[in-house]
Amino acid sequence: MMQIISLLLENKPGALMRVTGLLTQRGYNIESLTVARTLDPDLSRMTIVVDVESSKRQQVIKQMNRLINVLQATDLTDLPSVVRELLLVRVRTVQESRTAVLKEAEIFGGLVVDSSTEGFAIEVTGAPEKLNEFVDVMRSYGEIDVTRSGSLAIALESKKLRLQPPVPTRAGKVEEPVY
Amino acid sequence: MLLECLSREGVDCIFGYPGGVTLPFYDVLYDHHIRHVLVRHEENAAFAAEGYARATGKVGVCCATSGPGATNLVTGLVDAMMDSIPIVALTGQVPTKLIGSDAFQEADTFGITRSCTKHNYLVRRLEELAQAVHEAFYVAASGRPGPVLVDITKDVFQAQGHYQPVTSVHLPGYKVFTEGHTGQIRRAAQLAQEAERPLVYAGGGIVAAGASAELKEFVERADTPAVVTLMGLGSLPSEHPNFISMPGMHGSYAANQALTNCDVLIALGVRFDDRVTGRLAAFAPHAKVIHVDIDPAEIGKNRAPDVPIVGDVKRVLTKMNKQLAEEKAPANEKLVAARRAWWQQVRAWKDEHPLQVVTSDSEIKPQHLMAEIDRLSGGNAIVTSDVGQHQMWAAQLVRFNEPRLWLNSGGLGSMGFGLPAAIGAQFARPDKLVFAIAGDGGFQMAIPELGTIASNGLPIKIIIMNNGYLGMVRQWQTLFYNNRLSSVELDCFPDAAKLAGAYGFKGRTIDKPWELAPALEEAVREPGPYLLNVKVTPFESVYPMVPAGAAINEMVLGPPQPVPVPAT
Repeated sequence: MMQIISLLLENKPGALMRVTGLLTQRGYNIESLTVARTLDPDLSRMTIVVDVESSKRQQVIKQMNRLINVLQATDLTDLPSVVRELLLVRVRTVQESRTAVLKEAEIFGGLVVDSSTEGFAIEVTGAPEKLNEFVDVMRSYGEIDVTRSGSLAIALESKKLRLQPPVPTRAGKVEEPVY
Repeated sequence: MLLECLSREGVDCIFGYPGGVTLPFYDVLYDHHIRHVLVRHEENAAFAAEGYARATGKVGVCCATSGPGATNLVTGLVDAMMDSIPIVALTGQVPTKLIGSDAFQEADTFGITRSCTKHNYLVRRLEELAQAVHEAFYVAASGRPGPVLVDITKDVFQAQGHYQPVTSVHLPGYKVFTEGHTGQIRRAAQLAQEAERPLVYAGGGIVAAGASAELKEFVERADTPAVVTLMGLGSLPSEHPNFISMPGMHGSYAANQALTNCDVLIALGVRFDDRVTGRLAAFAPHAKVIHVDIDPAEIGKNRAPDVPIVGDVKRVLTKMNKQLAEEKAPANEKLVAARRAWWQQVRAWKDEHPLQVVTSDSEIKPQHLMAEIDRLSGGNAIVTSDVGQHQMWAAQLVRFNEPRLWLNSGGLGSMGFGLPAAIGAQFARPDKLVFAIAGDGGFQMAIPELGTIASNGLPIKIIIMNNGYLGMVRQWQTLFYNNRLSSVELDCFPDAAKLAGAYGFKGRTIDKPWELAPALEEAVREPGPYLLNVKVTPFESVYPMVPAGAAINEMVLGPPQPVPVPAT
């Protein structure tokens, strides 16, 4: 099944590699992954969709939490949340279908971002399943090219973020070097 | 500055091998009080650091140069990862401005070691160095221990700067769970008390947490037998009356029967490894499981527990012991009778098929060799091993009365581990008698380290269990591949006396059972290193054995017996 994970992680070199590497290492298939900075520029928010047996869902979250750069890993699959994806499509269409294409785009809440004699480029956001339908519809009008952002998700209830306090080192305990 | 960090972390010994980009570091090391042990191969630097860490519980440190130096560390890092051993690896990296240019001896160490370490760092600026090193030591030693690598560019090694003590490290996302849930601990103690057929299944976590005393108190208070895994041997003394040896693929009959029949399984610092559980669905099928582990990801990974406790097993056991002491179970005749029957049953299993020392009048049996090592050790020597038949026989037959005496490559199963690990252990514990047991295969992977042993005059007793084969692989070929012995025969083994002699110490080869005891005694008496090549029966297999995919009570107890030909 598809599991939606929201990760809050430190924006440090290699952090993305750690997450993707861990998923591959443990045999979980990444369906989509998006990442960008949060309001705090030192942190990133990542939304990952993985294809995993439902019995392994908790294990995936636990493995994510083992990563030192990960501050919080949340399984949004069954939690109240909103999942959205952005899709860009370029459709080549004949003169007679242009109005119909525009009508369809309107139904899906799409925005025409480019128009030429060849056809249109259209931007649509929505739930991933809805975008699948839109792709099917566009395909019926002619040749298409599609780019999708991958799912973005946000929880509708805030989960308390528990951060660990600083820990004293051995170095602090030694006043003078121990020669 | 790096040495200042190490010094403040209490490092007294580094195992390493220098190279181009670490030259500035080695130049400072030249007149520094931290001892550098020059090994003969970087892989062995990592194994030696592991040996040091396994023997003491302190963080072991190894060091290698960029490129091949760093890639050679990889096996040791994975080994430490699998067995949760705290080591810090320092590697050199090409100068920052050359990174990504395929420079001489450049390798993407940071990328390569991502999955081999608990955490890793790439330090490109001097200001980041001290923080990274102190974090590395903290991460390696805390929580579930593991290897941490710090990759340092040459320009950072060369830069001059004044060390500002790093008094604290802040890793907001690194959670260490230590205390354990009070309610769950209460439930666990109660369950253990009310069980009719309780069993403790203790592992490497007990050693890592230093919880041997607490374990001993627990098994006594809860009056329960205990199986101890390969990684946990010594955490409960082998001579303790509640100890019933190792479970699993080559575990004892009693241990595996006890696991299969117990009604409450108290799993302490273990990870339900496939070599222990056999077919998972048939593992402890009647048992309610209490699982204590410091790593939340281990809970429910292979077996869903009834009482999960995430915490440091030492603290959790202390609390459980306190509860057992305070709240005595009400006298219940039925329970007392059930417990008595359970103990009788466990003892009967032990007597029925004990782990046997096989001897012969004409040949040295490998089990005989282990029994003799056990006699000389008396449960007190450090014994290191590689992986394979010798490891299993040693684990079955050598006693360990303390933790941190039995050092072997458990999870990864690395050949060539024992000898370098013994070097690390002997440096850490110069007071201890150290046996490095190896097969003839693994020994030949580690031969270069005879140089390190000789050069440092380490009085390690190297015992080669030489059957002329890669014994464990051959055992599987015999049992499961129609005895087609493909590439497992090792001929041309060097003359041990000459080999040791070439390095300037004593060695000897024996193949008669009556030579065994005197030869081992001579080895132990020798003040310096000793290489004893023991030619054992070539075709001996390790039993009991649970075939892969079988349940652990479906054990093969001995070699197939010849079937008498019916008279015609």
